[in-house]
Parts: sequence; structure tokens; C-alpha cells
Amino acid sequence: MSDLTLESQPRVGPGFRLQWEPVQDCHVLLYPEGMVKLNGSAGEIMKRCDGERTVAAIVDDLEKTFAAQGLEPDVLAFVEMAAKQRWLAWS
Amino acid sequence: MTQLAPTIGPPLWLLAELTYRCPLHCVFCFNPVDFAKQEDELTTDDWIRVLRQGRELGAVQCGLSGGEPLVRDDLELIVAEAHRLGYYTNLLTSGVGLTEARAEALKAAGLDHVQLSFQDSTKEMNDFLSHTKTFALKSRVAGMIKSQGWPMVMNVVIHRLNIDHIDRIIAMAVEMGAEYLELANTQYYSWAFLNRDLLLPTHEQLRHAEEVTDAWRAKLGDKMRIFFVAPDYHEGKPKRCVNGWGSMFLTVAPDGTALPCHTAKMLPGLSFPSVKQHSLREIWFESEGFNRYRGTGWMKEPCVSCDQREVDLGGCRCQAYLLAQDPAAADPVCVKSPHHALVVEAVERAGTLAKKPVTEHPLVFRDPANSRRLSV
Repeated sequence: MSDLTLESQPRVGPGFRLQWEPVQDCHVLLYPEGMVKLNGSAGEIMKRCDGERTVAAIVDDLEKTFAAQGLEPDVLAFVEMAAKQRWLAWS
Repeated sequence: MTQLAPTIGPPLWLLAELTYRCPLHCVFCFNPVDFAKQEDELTTDDWIRVLRQGRELGAVQCGLSGGEPLVRDDLELIVAEAHRLGYYTNLLTSGVGLTEARAEALKAAGLDHVQLSFQDSTKEMNDFLSHTKTFALKSRVAGMIKSQGWPMVMNVVIHRLNIDHIDRIIAMAVEMGAEYLELANTQYYSWAFLNRDLLLPTHEQLRHAEEVTDAWRAKLGDKMRIFFVAPDYHEGKPKRCVNGWGSMFLTVAPDGTALPCHTAKMLPGLSFPSVKQHSLREIWFESEGFNRYRGTGWMKEPCVSCDQREVDLGGCRCQAYLLAQDPAAADPVCVKSPHHALVVEAVERAGTLAKKPVTEHPLVFRDPANSRRLSV
């Protein structure tokens, strides 16, 4: 896996599954015998990681959706962290 | 207002023990010793109803285990429904009964993950401990798991007879391409409890095994994650058993009995409901069996005044019953338990017996004949 850039196209890592859980009112990430409950912003980032959109496009979409600015450093930091946990991967 | 009862969260983990039938005869099996008397099995429709009810309650992980779940020829149907409902599906298997064709069918049904159990790294020891000739087959199965693209979790139950091979065990897991390796120290219930004197490792063996594991971790980095499940007999610290009674685990035994953990049926004076008569919602929230040891309200001394009571929740109820004959006692592995000497003695006795040949104390293999003999 190459270093993370704004052009990387992250997707949910192999063996992981992301889904919305109404009972818990949040996105969860499921993996062999385990689960991570994602907070609101983590869920919003992860659900945009479809392997096609670039990090730049994800930042752009988040800023538009939430009428916010300057999200790039936070998104990059999260994606980097998530990759260390194998939640996200890119080529 | 003061909250008297703990908030009851959803049963996140649904463990479906599809059958007690198993081609292996492992000496550390956690199935009940009297499994041979419990031949009743839920039908496919029963299981599908249970899966739907579990999902409505918020269950997300579905474990399919046994016995050997592959002996049920409706496994593919059950997996397909579990997957369709949105469970992350885990098959816990010895690999016996998995063919290329079944692996493909399970993949198509949406199976997310396979946990493959090994008894040891060498053919002789694996075949001896499980009392069958399965090592070559398991190696083939590991190949099938990889070729279907499943993340591979390898599970090896650790005890005195294989703990000194831990270096070779880890090397084998690396060779087979496992992503995760669970080195699970034996938990002493059921068949393992019968064989405890022969299976408990010595303190020295454990220390050595932990050093070897740490060296491999340093060498492997992120390539393969190794979980070393510490043995509670040696540590003097009780485990937070099933993360708290009735807090996230719900096991359904082959005959439909719903349990807070897979060994809880042994506890006296407690009845557990069947999914044939009750919905999972009633069972989880209202049944006496699931409420009895929830939270900390059932505790007595030394637990009730202990500063760790919210951390370990008093340890394991089954272990308290097995060792102290009182399911509401502190888990005797705890140094604060008045019964702790029993645990210390067991480990010391193991140290003495470890110096003698195994043949002097025969292992009891888990098979129907022994089960019937022991459950008369």
C-alpha cells in the first residue's frame, strides 16, 4: 500500500464490513469476532470510502454536506489511523 | 433517581451451537461432559427464527459453532440467512468436512470469516490430542480458506502437552498465511476440567511461551497478529467472563436452550429458557437465568466491597461453582478468594505431574462412550 495522499482512493479493508446499526444509532465496523462503534464523524468519513472517491473528493463532499471548512487535516489523520487498524486500505 | 438495575444493552454476540456432534475427540473440549445425552437439535426453521429475533435485538456478530458445525448439511442455508440479515458471520470449525465445493457454497452464501482450530503444529501431536488423523486435512483446509479470500484466524488451544511447541506453532501459522493467531490457554471447564491435572502448564512453561510469543510479535510486526489468551489459574486475576453475564453474549445450545455462556448450563438451581418456547427478547430481558448474575447486585464478600468489582465482575460463575461449589462466590482464581488455595494447589500439582510420563494418568477423550459413562 502506497503512502496516503489526497489522490488515494480508500476502501473498507478486506475482512471488515461497515454498516449502520439502528439499535445502536451509529455506524459500526465489523470484523472477525469483533466490532468497533464509530462516532459520527468517523462514520461519515468511512461511508464515503468506496475505493473510487479520492481523499480530496471525500473532503470536498464532507465540507459541502456539513457546510464546514478546513476538514482536510482531520480526514487525513483519520484515514491514516484507520489504515493502521486495517479498517481502510488503498492500492 | 438512583439506578437500581444496570441498563441492559443488546446481545451483540449470538453464538449458535448448531450441534454437539463432532468427528474429533479433543481432551480440552468445552462441550458439556454429558453431551451424548443431549441429542436433540433445532431444525433449520428454528435457527432461522432465532437469527431473525437476534438481529431485531441488535446482535451483529453470529458465531456458528458446535461440536463441528460442518456436520449439519443446512449450514449453508443458515449462513445465507444470517448474512442476509446483516450479521457478520463467523464459522468456528475444525475443518473436518470442509471440501472445495462446500467452501465455495459457504462463500456464495456470504460467510465472512472462518476460524480454524489446530491442536498443535506437528502431525503426531495434533492427531494424538484430537484422537484422530486430521493434520493433513487441516493444512488443506487452511489453503481453501486462503483461496476463498477469507481472513484466516487460526486458533490453537494451549496446554502443558503442546505449550513447549509454541515456536513451531507460530511458525506454522505464518507459513499457512494466517492473519490472526489465537493462542488460547485452556479454560478448565467440562472435558478440560476432567483432564486438568494433565493439561495445566507450569509457571516456567508459561513464562517461556510468553517470551517466545513476544519475540515473534517483534519480528512479525503487522503481518500477523498474535493474541495470547492468558490462563487465569496462573495469574491470580479473574477474567471478566463473557464480558459480564448477560451483557453481550447469548449462546443457543443445539437443543435450543439459551445460555449466557456455553458452559452455564452446569450451574445448579438455575433454569434456562428454550428458544422453542420463548422469544429471544423475553429470554434476554426477562428470564431468571439471564438476570441472576447480571451486574453486581448478586455479589457477596470479598467481591461486594472490592474495588475491582466493576472491572472483573467477580470473574466466572461456572469456575466459582466448579471449584468452590458456589456460583455466587468470588472466582477462586482471584487471590482475594477464600478458595484460592485450591487453584494454587492445582498448579503446583501440575508442576509435580509434569515430571512424570503421561501414561501414568490417562487423558479422557471427548467421545460419546466416555460421555455416557461419565453422565450416568
